[in-house]
Amino acid sequence: MTVKSKHVRIKGIKDGLVFLLDDKCPFEDLLSELRFKLEHSHQNILTGPIVHVDVKLGSRPVSEEEKDAVLDILRGQGNLLIRSVEALEDPSVVDSDALYMVSGMVRSGQVLHHQGNLLLLGDVNPGGTVTCSGDIYILGALRGMAHAGVEGNEEAIIAASLLSPTQLRIADIISRPPDEWETRESSMEFAYLTNGAMQIDKIHNMVKLRQGLNVFKGV
Amino acid sequence: MGEAIVVTSGKGGVGKTTTTANIGTALALQGKKVCLVDTDIGLRNLDVVMGLENRIIYDLVDVAEGRCRLNQALVKDKRFDELYMLPAAQTKDKTAVTPEQVRDIILELKKEYEYVLIDCPAGIEHGFRNAIAGADKSIVVTTPEHAAVRDADRIIGLLEQSNVESPKLVVNRIRPGLIKSGDMLDIEDILQVLNIDLIGIVPDDEMVIKAANSGEPTVMNPDSAAAIAYRNIARRILGDAVPLMQLDRKPGTFKKFKKFFGLG
Repeated sequence: MTVKSKHVRIKGIKDGLVFLLDDKCPFEDLLSELRFKLEHSHQNILTGPIVHVDVKLGSRPVSEEEKDAVLDILRGQGNLLIRSVEALEDPSVVDSDALYMVSGMVRSGQVLHHQGNLLLLGDVNPGGTVTCSGDIYILGALRGMAHAGVEGNEEAIIAASLLSPTQLRIADIISRPPDEWETRESSMEFAYLTNGAMQIDKIHNMVKLRQGLNVFKGV
Repeated sequence: MGEAIVVTSGKGGVGKTTTTANIGTALALQGKKVCLVDTDIGLRNLDVVMGLENRIIYDLVDVAEGRCRLNQALVKDKRFDELYMLPAAQTKDKTAVTPEQVRDIILELKKEYEYVLIDCPAGIEHGFRNAIAGADKSIVVTTPEHAAVRDADRIIGLLEQSNVESPKLVVNRIRPGLIKSGDMLDIEDILQVLNIDLIGIVPDDEMVIKAANSGEPTVMNPDSAAAIAYRNIARRILGDAVPLMQLDRKPGTFKKFKKFFGLG
């Protein structure tokens, strides 16, 4: 059996070893490769005097059990002394207020999904879908389907320069726009939920809904 | 090295084959060396529209499977010396050839011809992937109906993901009367949704049906409004700046176009 070293990289530093573990691959693959590497390679490095080890998990979200699983494998090698375990937090979790910007068109049959808040520079055409765990802001025409707060966030909103969707969804609430939407004056609007019902309002009224917003009051 | 242009639409019955036949013939009228390729295996029509059905000996699948040389399968047009057609097989289905095989055939044709026009089958499955495999550019045909525009949008999305250059739009079968009364989608509306360059608009014209049934492409008849529209598209493909046809017309005559306006 040959394993290409893509998930686990071992680097030597002045006073020990650094294990760089890939944060994109499946966790199981990572464990098996780590096991394989410790058992089959670098024999002369991994046996002998005690070596200090730093483990870097990257930005993989790991539970305590998973962390232990990694450490158990390393502990199995008698001479490795674990000095530190470093795991960066998942960037999307750290910055949940950030607005992720995408440009382009979502055409019929295409799906744009984002974890967090989304700003789309472009149109969503009929048959196209935008889903998002947070808010959806569209600088363009929303003619397709938009689903904000897919994971159940009822506070999420959907705003668009031209709001004429085939369907709107926020959390579990589904709304078909009434036909008169199409002919309304074309000002920027947003959709939100109050008491489980979809409401539409002009964008400048968002302040009333979102108390925490930074409000510009003039100088 | 010539240029391969795929004519596609997603939805069926919007006029892919008619457009392919007419643009191809119009390019031949301009003295270009043109080859039309029908990739609609199992439902071939291009030969009928071109009036070349009875001259077919070999087809696309025969070439792909090596039963004949490419040149043997090409059918020469009866009107032009430099217009050829590669027919599709009627007895097989779309999976009889692979995208790689089609690409090789198109590549071979591009060495010989200035323009290779590929007639794409309806749908987004295997047949579509076959048709776009060898194409450099694409023309998306739609009609002023919601369903056709929706499918065109889907196709444009798929084309944008492929290696084909960004598609150009032909709006076919326009009925100015219906647009005026608000019963048909406006060209402006269509462009707003699809957001790609317009390369031509073709009015609905009875002559097209007559022509297709007689196996004589409409472009041959300069009295037909659709013929002028197709000739204009061909000239735009050649790089001329031809103004869009003005569809407002006096009742009863297509011959008097009141005014013209510029492209873009």
